[in-house]
Formats: sequence, structure tokens, C-alpha cells
Amino acid sequence: MGIRERLSGNEAIAFAMKQINPDVMGAFPITPSTEIPQYFSTYVDNGQVDTEFIPVESEHSAMSTCIGAQAAGCRAISATSSCGLSYMTEMLYVAASDRLPITLAVSCRALSGPININNDHSDAMSVRDAGWLMLFAETNQEAYDNYLQAMRIGEAVSLPIMICQDGFITSHAIENIELVEDEKVKAFVGEYKPEHALLGKENPMAVGAYATPVYYMEAKRAQAQAMMDAKDVIKKVGAEFAAMTGRSYDLIEKYEMDDAEEALIIIGSSAGTAKEAIRELRAQGKKVGLIKIRSFRPFPADEIAEALKNVKAFAAMDKDDSFNAHCGPIYAEVCAALYAKGIFAPKGIDYIYGLGGRDVRVESIQHVYAELEKIAASGETGETYRYLDVRE
Amino acid sequence: MKDIVEIRWHGRGGQGAKTASLLLADAAFNTGKYVQGFPEYGPERMGAPITAYNRISSERSTVHSNIYFPDYVVVVDETLIASVDVTAGLKETGAIVVNSSKTPAELRPYLKGYTGKVCTIDAGKISEEELGKNFPNTPMLAAIVKVSGVVDVTDFIKDMEASFKHKFASKPQVIEGNMNALKRSMEEVQVG
Repeated sequence: MGIRERLSGNEAIAFAMKQINPDVMGAFPITPSTEIPQYFSTYVDNGQVDTEFIPVESEHSAMSTCIGAQAAGCRAISATSSCGLSYMTEMLYVAASDRLPITLAVSCRALSGPININNDHSDAMSVRDAGWLMLFAETNQEAYDNYLQAMRIGEAVSLPIMICQDGFITSHAIENIELVEDEKVKAFVGEYKPEHALLGKENPMAVGAYATPVYYMEAKRAQAQAMMDAKDVIKKVGAEFAAMTGRSYDLIEKYEMDDAEEALIIIGSSAGTAKEAIRELRAQGKKVGLIKIRSFRPFPADEIAEALKNVKAFAAMDKDDSFNAHCGPIYAEVCAALYAKGIFAPKGIDYIYGLGGRDVRVESIQHVYAELEKIAASGETGETYRYLDVRE
Repeated sequence: MKDIVEIRWHGRGGQGAKTASLLLADAAFNTGKYVQGFPEYGPERMGAPITAYNRISSERSTVHSNIYFPDYVVVVDETLIASVDVTAGLKETGAIVVNSSKTPAELRPYLKGYTGKVCTIDAGKISEEELGKNFPNTPMLAAIVKVSGVVDVTDFIKDMEASFKHKFASKPQVIEGNMNALKRSMEEVQVG
């Protein structure tokens, strides 16, 4: 049995970091993730961890610090949000291509402009092709649990991993949480023993070498393979975590999908709001369900296609817009997944929603299902690129 | 989710409405409930209107939106009534608790025809007298616990005493004042 507590999502992440006691944290503060290094630095100051805490002058340097430390053979961590993540972008690609399993906590926040501090996924989605593993949480509990699993996953495939949660909505909200005992966390996470490290003097090596056209593509192909291999690792680590805690984790979570005729594909905290909408609609006899994406990178294409194959209509929920005059990233990837599997029957639309902290209500989600019901009944998809709860 | 209680707090930046909502979440958590406590975030300034929320239930609520149809509303600063629609969506079966020296009957005409319970408590006066400073959030917390019954009153008092002893370990002289403020608020809150 775990420890019953109530913590905000940021507190939960900082607590997980304390339990893991990593070697190095490189950090620069930005709302709404600031509390993570703030709480963690208290643990450092109190001697509750022996992490080397390196306060730097920018997020670019925070990630550079992590790259140096992880390449040396350490476990390195950081936390950020919004433009902080943007400012790290150059180094995110370096971390991934150097195959350094750094762990980065992201409290997702809108990118400017207009300048805004509230939640959407434009920060995380803007770095979706950087080569990082990306797990998203619906609740503070999931943020904590994902963080405890992060290093096992990243280190198994030598890729860095982002643990994303919704800024303010979960990062600053106090909710019940069940914590895992310290000794169980230590046993689960284990020691980091990299195959290659700069500080391993028996095997001298270079990190971040130049790759000419003769080698570059092979390096990228190996990176792609690691991302493909990560799917099984995420499932295996999730199953092991379930055996320890009773809380199971997979690439996706299916909610009321067995006989669903209309479905959402959604990420993050609004999945919980959508579950309440589903409970109310199910009570009225509506066959509605949802697929929550936990792992956005790797993208669970086969699993989503399989889960959607019998629905009549679906809506991909994008808390971010690609500004391509067409659709957001989740819709694009879900449609590609269906096409690749030869599944053409479900009618699909895309909703851009919740940008810059626009509150996502149970009624908002019910409106989406009402639209899907119309599409399912008529077979007419209509406009596929839609904005939810917006004043026109 | 029939047993869920939803509460909305209105205050001004710096008055402790957010802290009070988190303390209420703590108190309910300590009696075994599932809780949510969260403020509505924006560019905060001292004195600007702020809103905070609580959901308290015996099963976990999965909803992550603001609260539009609260069972209870707590107004930490009476002057907000003129500028914020504090009774918006408030259930008629619920109550509004206002920090005010007025009686419920005197205050009701300012509440846009709200027909549910109106409760007043002079939290500023209690705080001045017991703590020597205007910290209205402790008496407001006690008043909403009394009016809503969301936490057992005896459990609440015990829990708050333990929490003050922990929080004010280095200045125990303020514990008594805080406890007096809590108890007086529970006795003096007027329900109309």
C-alpha cells in the first residue's frame, strides 16, 4: 500500500526527483514549472539528496548542463515550460542524437503570443520531432508515476524523455495522490550504468562528433529504431509498475471504448473532464468513449487505429494548432495511422481547443460528442478543421 | 458523483483566499475525502480580484475545469460584490458566505436576487481582535466549514490546531489567537 498524500503536480514531480536522487540538475526557472527546481533546491539545501544543483543563466544552458553531465555518465534532470522549452530546442536535438537519456519535466504552457502563462500544448508539440520520448499525464498521480518510470524507459533505449503535465491545471492544483515508498522507488528505478560514458577512462570516447553525409543518416536511422523499440519498453515498464502499485500504464488508455460509436482522442488533463462527460452521456444511453494518449513519442499508431476501427465518428483534440490551414498534430498522426492500416470507415474531425488556458468544461466536451453524433447519423463529416469554444 | 461539494472563493490578491482554499482542501483531505484545491491563475497583482476553487468528494472527481455551478461561494472581500458577479451559477440550495459587518438581511439586496442562504461573518473584526492584524482567511475558512458541513466541526478544530502547532512552531504565541479566531467565527457566523 502506498502513502496517501495530497500534492500539486509540481510538488509531486519534485518529490519523485527527491526519491530518485539523481546526480545533476541544471535549472532555470519559468512559470509554471518554477516550483519544481524551487522545491528540489530545498531538498538539495537540506541535504535530503546529494544532487549537484547547477543554477544557470538560461534554458539553453540548463539543457547543455544536462548533456554534459549525462555524457559524463550521470543521471541528469531539468524542468521547464513554454518559451523555456523553445529556448532549449537546439540542445534537445543534441541530447537525442547523442543518445543521452536525460529526464525533463515539462509543465506545459502556451507559447507567445499574445503573451500568456496558461496551459496548452504548443510548447511540447513544437518539439515533437526533436527525438525525445514524450509521456503526458492527466493527473498529478500520473505525472508522478510517469516520472518514476521515465529513467527506466529512457535508459533502456538511450533516448531522453519528457514528462509532460498541464501547467496550472495539474501543476498547481492540490489533489489526492498515492506515493510509493522510498525504498520501492529506489529498487524500481535502479542504478544508472551507461554502456559508454566520458568518465569511463578504460574506453575513451568522443561525444557530439561531426557526421558527414556518409554517416549522418545511419545515426538518424539508429535513433528512429530506438524510438520504435521504446514502445515495448514503455509497456514492459508500465506492467512492472502496475505489479508494484496496482496502477497500470500503457501507450494509450481506452475509456468506454468497447462498444463506442463516437470517440475522442485526447491528451492531458482534459481527458478527466471528458471522462465525466462520458459518464453523463452513457447514463443517457449514448455510446461514447475516449482514447487518451499517454505516449505521444513514440506515437501509438497501431494501437489507436485498432481502437478506432469500429467507431462511426471520432474527434482528435489538439491543444495546439499547426497553423497549416488544415489540422493539428494529433489529427494528422491519427489519420495517418488509420490510412496506414487501411481503415477508412470512421469519419474524423479535428478540434483545436483549450489554447492559452481557455477552460475546457464538461459541456465543451459534450458539444463535441453532439457534433460527432450528427456526423455518425448523417455520414457527412462537414468541416474537419474546427475551433472549440471560441468567439468568432 | 452525487456527494460532491463544489466551492468558489472570491478574494483580492494578497488576502489569502488561495491559501484558505488550500487549507480547506487539507482539512477535508485529513478526514479521508478526495479533494481538489486550485486557484485561477493569471498575472496576479496585490488587490486584484482572484478566484479559487475546491471540489470535495468521497470518490475522486476527474473533472479539471473551473467551477461554474458552485454549492457554496465565499467572498473574502465585501467590496468585490460591486465588481464581480459573485452569485453567478450559485445553487439556490447552497449558500454565500461574505466577510462583512452587515447582517444577512442588509447584504441580500446587493446579491442580484439570490434566494439561497446568505451568511455573513465579520472576519476582519475577529482577526483584528484575536490576531491584531487583518488576516481574514482563517475566520472565513471556519465560517465555510460551519455553514457547509463539508468537514466535521470537531475534526476540523482538532486538525487546525495540529496544523497551527506545526506551522507556528517557532512562534507559539500566535496559535491561541488563531484558534480563538476559528472558534469565534463558527459561533458568530450569521445565517439568513
